[in-house]
Amino acid sequence: MNTTLLTSAGFSSTQPVGLLWYLTAAAILFALGLTACMARRNAIGILIGLELILNAAILNFMAFWRFGQSATNDTSMAGPMMGIFIIVLAACEAAVALAILLNLYFNFGSVEVDKANRMRL
Amino acid sequence: MDHTMLKCGLAIFALPLVSFVVLGLFNKRLPRRGDFIATSVMGLALGLSLYVFWRAWSDPRPVFVNLSFAWLPMEVNKAVLGGILIDRLTAVMLVVVTLVSFLVHLFSTKYMEGDVRYGRYFAGLLLFTVSMLGLVLANNLLYLYMFWELVGLTSYILIGHWFEKKSASDAAIKAFITTRLGDVGMFIGIMVCYLQVGSLQYGDLFAAVEQGGLSGAWRTIAGLGLFFGAMGKSAQFPLHVWLPDAMEGPTPVSALIHAATMVAAGVYLTGRLLPVFDPPTLLFIAYIGGFTALFAATIALVQDDIKKVLAYSTVSQLGYMILALGVGGYVSGLFHLTTHAFFKAGLFLGAGAVIHAMHHEQSMSKYGGLRRKMPITTVCYLLATLALAGFPGFSGFWSKDAILADVLAFAMLNGHWFLVVAGFSTVFLTAFYMFRQFFLTFTGKPRDHHAYDHAHESPLPMLIPLIVLGTLAVVGGGMGGWFGAMNPAKSGVEQVRGLREAGFTTPLMDSVVQQSHDAETPHAASSEAHGDPLGDAHAGEHSPEAEARHKAHYMAMGLSTCLALAGILLGAAFYLQRKDGKTLLDPGRVAQRCSLAHRILWNKYYLDEAYMACFVMTTRALAVISATFDRLIIDGIVNLAGWCGWAWSYLTEIFDRIVVDGWFVNGSAQTTAYMGRQVNQSQTGYVRQYLMLTVLGLLIISSVCAYAFYGYWQP
Repeated sequence: MNTTLLTSAGFSSTQPVGLLWYLTAAAILFALGLTACMARRNAIGILIGLELILNAAILNFMAFWRFGQSATNDTSMAGPMMGIFIIVLAACEAAVALAILLNLYFNFGSVEVDKANRMRL
Repeated sequence: MDHTMLKCGLAIFALPLVSFVVLGLFNKRLPRRGDFIATSVMGLALGLSLYVFWRAWSDPRPVFVNLSFAWLPMEVNKAVLGGILIDRLTAVMLVVVTLVSFLVHLFSTKYMEGDVRYGRYFAGLLLFTVSMLGLVLANNLLYLYMFWELVGLTSYILIGHWFEKKSASDAAIKAFITTRLGDVGMFIGIMVCYLQVGSLQYGDLFAAVEQGGLSGAWRTIAGLGLFFGAMGKSAQFPLHVWLPDAMEGPTPVSALIHAATMVAAGVYLTGRLLPVFDPPTLLFIAYIGGFTALFAATIALVQDDIKKVLAYSTVSQLGYMILALGVGGYVSGLFHLTTHAFFKAGLFLGAGAVIHAMHHEQSMSKYGGLRRKMPITTVCYLLATLALAGFPGFSGFWSKDAILADVLAFAMLNGHWFLVVAGFSTVFLTAFYMFRQFFLTFTGKPRDHHAYDHAHESPLPMLIPLIVLGTLAVVGGGMGGWFGAMNPAKSGVEQVRGLREAGFTTPLMDSVVQQSHDAETPHAASSEAHGDPLGDAHAGEHSPEAEARHKAHYMAMGLSTCLALAGILLGAAFYLQRKDGKTLLDPGRVAQRCSLAHRILWNKYYLDEAYMACFVMTTRALAVISATFDRLIIDGIVNLAGWCGWAWSYLTEIFDRIVVDGWFVNGSAQTTAYMGRQVNQSQTGYVRQYLMLTVLGLLIISSVCAYAFYGYWQP
């Protein structure tokens, strides 16, 4: 990859860490989470993937809040608030998902999602 | 209009009708099956009829009641009218019908005693009487036709009274069908009248004839048609064959229906409508009548059955009446109708008494010597026989003489001497066969001793009718004056005027009377214009017709007396046994000598056989041919059509099975199922796979959107 292209895109060793670094990190995080969701057979793995996706979203919110605030002169706390919301949401989701997971285990004897390939027993 | 007479007429009609209903419904619950009701009601009707007759006798008007009412409304201002008519002819017919009917009822209470269908018999007699009274009371052709058919029906019922007997039921059917044949002609005549005149009232018909509304060929067709009906009912050649067979019915029925009243209905019709017939038709009528008179008399010469002789005699005498009407002798024809009704009914009832006494033996060759056992019956029978034979002074003599005078006068003016020959030779034959019958039955030695020993004089209810009718056979000639006075056949205009004055009129009748009033000598002119012999006959005292009649009168009287006496003497010579049991001449030898003639007469000119061959066999052959045609052609077509339907349904079934069921219904279902099977392969149930596909789809969509919005792939 050519340095000029990276630099023009916002990645620079001379410049302080900008928005693009955060976005790239969030994108990588999202891709990892999505890959985990798609590739993992273990339901717990999938759950971890989902957490990664949500964290990527939080990172995006925070980055856009942090860098967008100076540009638009916004003094609200929208970014952190969204982050906290998503963390709460993730906690709820984890609780529900773990309940499902437990049931899955009771019914199939394992937590491999491929075994639960039907809508009925 | 004479209201008293109207009420009497309606009562005469209604009384037997009501008692018919009562007897018809309840005869089984009444004592003696209600015969006393029937008889007493007829007695009451007779009293009323005599009252009407008496009033009519002392009344100069020609018509007393002529009342019409809308019976069947058809169009605006147009209706088929019904109505009642009482004139002198009706008055005398009422007396004839009720008198004979009453006497026959009385006679039947003994004659039919213990019969299986006693109540039905009396109900039949009553219905017949009602119909006959309705027939003579009608003032239009429609009502006449209705009652005409009703008397035919009751005749059928009563002839077939003992229908267990094959011959009786056959005779009933024969009588019904033969008279129906004539009635078809009559119906055609009525239809022609209605189409040409627009009304069936007698008055309108006469007016239309005068005015020319009914003329030419239509008048001839109407006249012939109506007369054809009369031929059937009055048993004129060639439709006479049913009457001798009708003797299968009970003898009182023969007296009432087949001697006195119903068979006279044809004569009544011809007389009533005399102005409607045109001269050629009248000539035809005269020839039919003359021929029938002679023809039937010859058959009567050799018959052995006592009732068959009387039956052929009736045919012959009816021929006389028709002959008289045909030559314009209205008075003499109807006069003879009346006298004949009395003495022929007397003869039939006398024959009934004899048959009753001889245990239902009808063959004269088994009779003989009955005068010693049944003196009163013998005397009454002799009186009636003398009247029928035309013995001077008896009723039949006067009426027959009047007919012969009319025929002779007609022949003197117009030729047609055949009628004269037929008329006079019938006088001779009549006298001969009647005395043959009388001598065979009542004189000489008994031929069947067993039956003779049991024979006895009849009880009183059977004797009274005989005595009454025997008396009337002697004095009935006194009614000649009455008939001479009624004479309404002068012309149509006279009739129309009479009907108009009696209460009912139509515009057509008004205009005709007005016209004749305007003309100076209306009726001579009109009759001459039409060349109507009828009109000529009464044109005036000094017309050639009147002179001829005057001349003919004494000639006819003398000649007929001589012939009648000759016939009686010849009958005596053949059949009156002397003390040693022999007759002067031997009838057996004569029969042998003329065996061919005897055989022909004995078999009634083979007419029944000829009809059998001509009509019955033809009809049967036609039926067989039609049946074959039906079976082969019609049934074949029907079966072919059925087969075609079957084949078509077979083809449709195949189409249904293969195309509809196979291709459309099952085919579409199978296609859908196949596609479903193909598609559900993707539904693996692996959530990861779904997610992967979702992301893949998202990538594709976002790529497409990026390309669409920016046109390139670069960031």
